[in-house]
Amino acid sequence: MTYHFDFGWLIDSLPVLLKGIRITVQLILIGAVFGVALGIACAWVRALGPKWLRPVVATYVELIRNTPFLIQLFFIFFGLPSLGIRMTELTAANLAMIVNLGAYSCEIIRAGIQATPRGQFEAGASLAMTPFQAFWHVVLVPALQRIWPALSSQIVIVMLGSAVVSQIAAEDLTFAANFIQSRNFRAFETYIVSTLIYLALAILLRQLLAGLGWMLFPRKASR
Amino acid sequence: MTEFSFWDILRNLLLAARWTVLLSLVSFIGGGIVGAALLFLRIGGRRWMRLLSRGYIQLFQGTPLLMQLFLAFFGLGLFGIDVPAWLAACVALILWTAAFLAEIWRGCVESVAKGQWEASASLGMGYLQQMRYVILPQALKVAVPPTVGFSVQVVKGTALTSIIGFVELSKAGSIVTNATFQPFTVYGLVALIYFALCWPLSKSSQLLERKLNVAHRNH
Repeated sequence: MTYHFDFGWLIDSLPVLLKGIRITVQLILIGAVFGVALGIACAWVRALGPKWLRPVVATYVELIRNTPFLIQLFFIFFGLPSLGIRMTELTAANLAMIVNLGAYSCEIIRAGIQATPRGQFEAGASLAMTPFQAFWHVVLVPALQRIWPALSSQIVIVMLGSAVVSQIAAEDLTFAANFIQSRNFRAFETYIVSTLIYLALAILLRQLLAGLGWMLFPRKASR
Repeated sequence: MTEFSFWDILRNLLLAARWTVLLSLVSFIGGGIVGAALLFLRIGGRRWMRLLSRGYIQLFQGTPLLMQLFLAFFGLGLFGIDVPAWLAACVALILWTAAFLAEIWRGCVESVAKGQWEASASLGMGYLQQMRYVILPQALKVAVPPTVGFSVQVVKGTALTSIIGFVELSKAGSIVTNATFQPFTVYGLVALIYFALCWPLSKSSQLLERKLNVAHRNH
């Protein structure tokens, strides 16, 4: 094998890469916040919400969990316009990530909620908490604390999965890599560099989420 | 211009779904074999073996599958071979699956009580004998539900191979869309076919887990 590796293009391409990193980070931040919020809402419906809404949420969760993210993305970006719903690539990418993470985090959070003994909920009610207060303080916060590691992993998985949004021309890190390699014809080196950036982002995100968990749940789990 | 009926679309998609199934099977079986090797390194005695397999698992779990596919596609090309998309797809998916299966199975092996290792060692068993007769039979029972559950991820992962040009269900969806201009119908059908493939696996994983938990409660 007489192949000479060449990373000389890296300096010129730095602005493109940085922009790609910015978009990827932005996508996952928005996706994580709204996705987990959607997951909490869905978990509430499935555990305590109105009966008629439960099968709807269950269907949503099963549909999303059993189809590839790529197809969800294509459906939102290419399929929905025929119903008159149009959006930009970035909005579509973000929406797909929120919908995807919403379904997965719903299942994770629901598992946490189910581990809360029913008696605790009744104890909260007996302390004159409103149902919302009881849900928030007694059910949700301990549940989140319990499942935080699983939720963090899922957020990292969604971040790594976001590489495919380049396929609808959302200008994320993978899009930047595709663009650069089409200019410098150094496909292998370009993808090595972007892979390492993804690895660094994943490690960083994991640390960030661990720190956030430590900040949000300072008390020891009271089980 | 030819007209496409709903039946034409569905037939084309179903024909392409064969490749999704085949690729999933190859990745899962190949990944299982490589994953088992990784597992033995991961829980084996030597320090460098453990570090090596841990590094491998972290690398493959910490980077996008899409990047792994690109690297396999362009990296194999560096050796001067003309890489067909199916080869790159198989290699990347096998390596990716192996990393996840090895980590799942490690959890299962570690769930076997430590006393079992010690008891079998006290009977004069070697490492391989311990694994073969004591640890693996117990770990295997725990391992079935999450392994079946992960097979869903493998099926969904095959969708990404469309991006490097392997014609399976997702790629067929794009091709049919370009010919019919009916993205809503086509991608809807593609999603339903994936659902039909994955949902039975998800459900059986759940059922197996419940069945196993019942066994645990009676202990």
